[in-house]
Amino acid sequence: MGNDAVFRVHGLRKSFGHIEVLGGVSLDLHAGEVTVLMGANGAGKSTLVKIVSGVYERGGGTMSLAGHDFAPEDFAPKTPAEAIRAGVVTVHQNINDGVVADLDVATNLTLDRLSGSGAPTLFNPGRVRREAKAVADRMGLAIDLKARISDLSLADRQMVAIARAMAHQPKVLILDEPTSSLSSAEADRLFALVDRLREQGVAILYISHRMSDIRRLADRIVSMRDGAISGVFDRKPLDYEGAVNAMLGRKIHLDRIVARNSAKPILTIDGLRIAEGSMPISLTLGDGEVVAITGLVGVGKTALAETLFGVRKPLTGTMTLNGKPYAPGSTGEAIAAGVFLVAKDRSENGIVGDFNIQENISLPFHRRMSRMGVLKRRIERATARQQIRELGIVCRSEKDEMSALSGGNQQKVMVARWISQAAKLFILDEPFQGVDISARRDIAAKLRASANGRATLLFVTELDEALETADRILVMSEQTIVGEHRNADIDLERLLAEVAGRPLHSAA
Amino acid sequence: MSSGLVRMAAARDHAIRYGFIVLLFGLIAYFAIAADGFVSPQSAVFIFQSVAITGVLALGVTATLVVGGFDLSIGSVATSAMMAAAYVMVVLEQNAVVAVVACLLIGAVVGLINGWLIVYMRVPDLLATLGMMFLLVGLQRIPTEGRSIATGMTMPDGAVANGTFGAGFLALGRHRFDFFIPNLIPVSVVVLLVLAVLIWFFLEYTRFGRMMYAVGSNERAAELAGAPVKAYKIWAYVISGVFASIGGILLAARLGRGDIASGNNLLLDAVAAALIGYAVLGAAKPNAFGTAVGAVFVGVLLQGLTMMNAPYYTQDFIKGVVLVVALVFTFALSGRGKR
Repeated sequence: MGNDAVFRVHGLRKSFGHIEVLGGVSLDLHAGEVTVLMGANGAGKSTLVKIVSGVYERGGGTMSLAGHDFAPEDFAPKTPAEAIRAGVVTVHQNINDGVVADLDVATNLTLDRLSGSGAPTLFNPGRVRREAKAVADRMGLAIDLKARISDLSLADRQMVAIARAMAHQPKVLILDEPTSSLSSAEADRLFALVDRLREQGVAILYISHRMSDIRRLADRIVSMRDGAISGVFDRKPLDYEGAVNAMLGRKIHLDRIVARNSAKPILTIDGLRIAEGSMPISLTLGDGEVVAITGLVGVGKTALAETLFGVRKPLTGTMTLNGKPYAPGSTGEAIAAGVFLVAKDRSENGIVGDFNIQENISLPFHRRMSRMGVLKRRIERATARQQIRELGIVCRSEKDEMSALSGGNQQKVMVARWISQAAKLFILDEPFQGVDISARRDIAAKLRASANGRATLLFVTELDEALETADRILVMSEQTIVGEHRNADIDLERLLAEVAGRPLHSAA
Repeated sequence: MSSGLVRMAAARDHAIRYGFIVLLFGLIAYFAIAADGFVSPQSAVFIFQSVAITGVLALGVTATLVVGGFDLSIGSVATSAMMAAAYVMVVLEQNAVVAVVACLLIGAVVGLINGWLIVYMRVPDLLATLGMMFLLVGLQRIPTEGRSIATGMTMPDGAVANGTFGAGFLALGRHRFDFFIPNLIPVSVVVLLVLAVLIWFFLEYTRFGRMMYAVGSNERAAELAGAPVKAYKIWAYVISGVFASIGGILLAARLGRGDIASGNNLLLDAVAAALIGYAVLGAAKPNAFGTAVGAVFVGVLLQGLTMMNAPYYTQDFIKGVVLVVALVFTFALSGRGKR
């Protein structure tokens, strides 16, 4: 294991407007070593990666690669492609940033060779296919090279993006949360690959907060918090708990919640199938109960949420809400029946950018806040003010633009929008995405405190979020529910096995 | 931040907010000094009259801009309505009420078709309404084989059309109400004011208007908030079509004939008014008040230039310049579109 740092970052700074995102980050990467970078949402991991890969300009500090100055922002042209040529390859978190959806796999695998100096002017399909096949073979990639990227699953797209990065034989490889949408079998393939690259002497920066990945791969853990390095752990055996503490800035103690039981059912789902060939889902949600459904990305959590909210129709099965048949044909019908959804990815599905806080909160309930079609602004404002107070939304007034708020406060507005009116079934899809820990606690506390009179259903990928908020935890895998746990003395091993799609009882 | 920077930022905010209003009054002041007779009731009437029809069209197109769409067919809807009004009264010899109803129906149907093409056939808004524009320009010429319609004209089959424009219909374009000075305010201006107040109230104060803005800003969020997004979009095009047909009725009433060659500038002027409206009071979004101010702005500019004997062929150029400047005000200076 080399002691010379191949890649060295010193005193890196970056601000967006008045907000300092990186406040002097120093980091060494060594050849043949996997350095795991941990950090909560908003710690500055992604910004660091984007500076290193030439997407953002740095605000200050130095970088060196193999003893030479490394300045991706000085490359001409100033593009990530130049960072790649210099030997630093990044596979970004957002998979669709890494591939061109309208082109086929072969072209995607050789995309970097189509641009830049020295690239042939004429496009030679035969050569592209030969080169692509070589790249794919080296990776053990079993995907039809002629398939269009848009026809592939997210996991396959990710594999294509990584395979292309590997083709450059990089000195430094940065993987930004690469397993977040991979199945466990695909993740194993990725781990095997990372092992191979480590043996070849590549310095790897692996960004993740998945403990299973970290335990499997890390030679060294660097924790980041609030734009600075808060801990480096390289003594064997690695102090995983210490790294998590450094990342969160305090000892995480799961706020032990007192799991409640519910007698009165609100929603009953019977034999609901949300995808072709999947097993039916049956479950009951009770009054006052907070239930979390957890599972990896892509197991059908959002599909189930959307089915309950009338965005899509189930293939088979029935739902009963408060004893009455419930089959919403539209979101409007779902809302009228008292079923509300805080959709995931608030900037895409929730926030109306041209509207201020007050207008964002009132959005679904205009009808209740108007007479003969004319909005009663006084009621609208009073509702917003009350929600701002109750959820502790940090803002100057209810007239603030949404873009002026932090991610956590934006999410609080999204929750405020729906919690401002009484629901029968309150669904939240990934409500803690891009939310700092204090906002997350505020939201969770509010959900639990207001839970009576409705059923509350959360969809979360992070198990900790489920453990912190729910009375009952259901596990989803392959578009169906595979496990159920009362949030008291949970058998974590069994739960994790269910999440990973390998239920313990099925092991021979 | 230093106090100088704060002052500069505040000054910029003011410039964005009041820039166009100040510019409008500056323009009026300039023409008042430079052009003889600009400050006179007659000149005011000219301005109002020229503003009225484009203003009505601009208010309609504002509705489509609010939902994030665009309607290029408004000019041709207006001229089609004009031709239809003339056809109904002169050739079919019907009365004014029938003509008005026919025009409004044409506007509503075209709006429905536009909305259907955009929402259900997924044709991009610019292309759908551009196609509709060409279609209507052609269609309005078919019944008379390309001739203008006037009383006494000979039809393609040799018959003579003997119908006339009703007096009531012509009054829509020619009657003027007394306002301090006898015969000052044309009916068309009253129509504009009523429609402007209506659409302004609708967009700003009703839940339907609010939801239209939501659809324009984040369609997916509006849908997940329970809004029937498709219906809202279609309605926006129906509003646009109906307003354009009202503009066509006013045009027919002013001309007293179905003139195949008139109305060429309606689209450009109306779109300019609506887009200038983005910049008024720093709204940075389509809005009825801004559109009305934008229409007056264009009207004042053209009347002033005409009275200063600027050649007619420079007018489109100057309108274009004003439009581009207004768009800079809206998008670059107010920081929209910047991330």
